[in-house]
Amino acid sequence: MNMMDDKLVIRGIEFQSRLLVGTGKYKDFAETKKAIEASGAHVVTVAVRRVNIIDRKSENLLDYIDPKKYKILPNTAGCYTVEDALRYSRLAREAGISDLIKLEVIGDEKTLFPDTWGLLKATEILAKEGFIVLPYTNDDPVMAKRLEDAGAAAVMPLGAPIGSGLGIRNPYNLKIILETVNLPLIVDAGVGTASDAAIAMELGCDAVLINTGIAGAKDPIAMAEAMKHAVIAGRLAYMAGRIPKKLYATASSPIEGML
Amino acid sequence: MRLVVNEKIFETSNAETIMALLNELRIEPGQVAVEVNLSIIKKAEYSTFRLNDGDKVEIVNFVGGG
Repeated sequence: MNMMDDKLVIRGIEFQSRLLVGTGKYKDFAETKKAIEASGAHVVTVAVRRVNIIDRKSENLLDYIDPKKYKILPNTAGCYTVEDALRYSRLAREAGISDLIKLEVIGDEKTLFPDTWGLLKATEILAKEGFIVLPYTNDDPVMAKRLEDAGAAAVMPLGAPIGSGLGIRNPYNLKIILETVNLPLIVDAGVGTASDAAIAMELGCDAVLINTGIAGAKDPIAMAEAMKHAVIAGRLAYMAGRIPKKLYATASSPIEGML
Repeated sequence: MRLVVNEKIFETSNAETIMALLNELRIEPGQVAVEVNLSIIKKAEYSTFRLNDGDKVEIVNFVGGG
C-alpha cells in the first residue's frame, strides 16, 4: 500500500499528515517548535488573543511557526456564545491568511463540552461567509449530520473532554459518525497517549488533533514523535483490515506433519 | 488623542490612522487583526482609516492554543 497517496483532504486542501497539533501549554516557543517538528504535523492550531501592548518585547508565536511551512488553524477557544465565536472567527481570518477555522462554542466550564446548538448556528453563518469550518463537537452522530448539512468542512468530535487524556470513550459513536457523514472526521480532544491515537485511526477516523496529550507529557518532544508513529500505525492497520475478533483460539502452526 | 486600546486607555502622540497607531506600538501589521468600535478593519485600510478620540480599538494576534 502506498501511504504517500493516502492523504487527508479537506475542501480540496491536501494535508501532509493525519496528525494535527495544538500550540498551547508548552514551556516556551522553542519547545513548541521542536514538538511540532517531531510530530510531523502539517496543521497547527492557534488561539486568537489581545496583543500585549505594554510589553512589546514579548515574542510572537508565528516567529517560531512558519506559516509557509504549516497550515495555521485558528480556534475560537473560550467562546461561550455564537456572537463571540463569530467575532473571533472573523478576526482570525483577518489576522491570518486562510479561511480555516476550528470552531468552538463551549457550553460548560467544567467539562468544556460543546454547546452544539450554538455550534450549529455559528457553523451555518460562517460557512455562508466562505469559512472552511471545522467544528469541535460532541460524539453525537445526529449533530454530526446536522453540521454537515449546515456546511461544515469536517467534523471534529471529542474522544473525551479537552485535556482529560481519557482516550476514546465512545468508539462506537465515532464509528456511527463515520457512516453517517460524508466528511473527514478528526478526533479532537481526549487523546492521552499513543494507543489512544492509534485506536482512533484504527476505527477509520481521518485524523487526530492533539494538544495536551503532547504538551502535557513529561517529554513533549518524545510524545510528539510517539503520536506521529501511532497515527501512521493506526491508519495503516485500518487500511490493512484487522482480523475479526473470536472467542477461541485458532492455531497458527499446522497440525499436519506433527509426530 | 485618547483611545481605548485593548481595554487600556492610550494617549497617542499623533497616531491618526491604524497604521500610525501600530507603528507607535511597534506592532507588525501583518500578524494582527484590528477592530475599531467592534468593526473589523481590513488590512488594506490601515493607512487610510482615521481614528477618532474615544475610539475603542482591539488588536489581536495568534497565541498558543489547542
